[in-house]
Amino acid sequence: MLARSALRSARTTCNARSSLGRAAKRFATSSSSNATSEEASSPFRLTAAGSVATALAVGSMAWYYHLYGSSLYAMTPQEEGLHATKYPWEHEKFTKTFDHQALRRGFQVYREVCSSCHSLNRIPWRALVGSTHTVDEVKAMAEENEYDTEPNDEGEIEKRPGKLSDYIPAPYKNDEAAKAANNGALPPDLSLMVKARHGGCNYIFSLITGYPEEPPPGVEVAPGLNFNPYFPGTGIAMARVLYDGLVEYEDKTPATTSQMAKDVVEFLNWSAEPEMDQRKKMGVATIVVSTALLALSIWVKRYKWSPIKTRKIVYNPPVGGDPRSRSH
Amino acid sequence: MPGIASGLYNSIFRRNVVFLSAVFAGAFTFEIGFDQTLNRFWDWNNQGRQWKDIRHKYVESDEE
Repeated sequence: MLARSALRSARTTCNARSSLGRAAKRFATSSSSNATSEEASSPFRLTAAGSVATALAVGSMAWYYHLYGSSLYAMTPQEEGLHATKYPWEHEKFTKTFDHQALRRGFQVYREVCSSCHSLNRIPWRALVGSTHTVDEVKAMAEENEYDTEPNDEGEIEKRPGKLSDYIPAPYKNDEAAKAANNGALPPDLSLMVKARHGGCNYIFSLITGYPEEPPPGVEVAPGLNFNPYFPGTGIAMARVLYDGLVEYEDKTPATTSQMAKDVVEFLNWSAEPEMDQRKKMGVATIVVSTALLALSIWVKRYKWSPIKTRKIVYNPPVGGDPRSRSH
Repeated sequence: MPGIASGLYNSIFRRNVVFLSAVFAGAFTFEIGFDQTLNRFWDWNNQGRQWKDIRHKYVESDEE
């Protein structure tokens, strides 16, 4: 209301000035008394400054976004590697543990296939006890390997059979030996591999099952490398290793390529986080308890606020008071 | 209801020692029961997947 009256007063002053000359007429707003001033007052003139400022702002933002806004990729899509297919891993559900029968099979695959090149440095033999094997089985496996002893009285280091507390032995003495044996390519340690790669289980499964029969036409594969679309750069030193029937499972599971890949990926996920059960249980407990506490706190809030929310403030005018209040 | 409230007050809340002991004892027993329930749910939800479910296949053959 205040704004409208101010406009009206401006209008009247402009009308008064319009009689003075044509220049003054242009700035006059529309009015019923003056028809010529209507076309002179173009809205463009009125909004010119605002329009220019808006155009400048939008334009500079567009220019800035054009310059700096788009995301940069250091690598081509080929160098990024193909996105791994998302598989419905049962053990990734948040109240599910690993299928320990699969872990046992996966360890068999690791031991018979992967361990010829890849180490599993962070897993001691004792970790397998109660997860995939019995104590006696693990002891027997550990004793098949030789480990260094502590220096004896003459300072000599001798060899002893492995114990449960020893770590699973690596195939090579050190990284340089591993590189020398593999054309300069280092087979990475697999202990934390599921956590260490984007896509985790999906990536590793896709990688070891994703070797095509031959590279697609037009792709040049460097000597000593193999083509795998899931590997960043597509040239991978590891050749396809898993073929149907490569291992013979003791529980008579058909050892297809994908079965072995699935088992070994689940085993590698276990080796990356053997504490997964504990973590998931704690997560469920936290959610349950904090839900109960949330419900309790909501109830307490409503209980405490109910008198304030439901109160009524009543004004009782004084009887026979101010005569002005009864004037109408 | 007032009988329960006054009984609760007289038995637990009246003396601080009793109240504090009740809090600690309650937390202790609740935690045990809660964890047991949770573990039972976990075992039920993971039937046949855990090591204790397949252990008998490998242990019995060793002992015999």
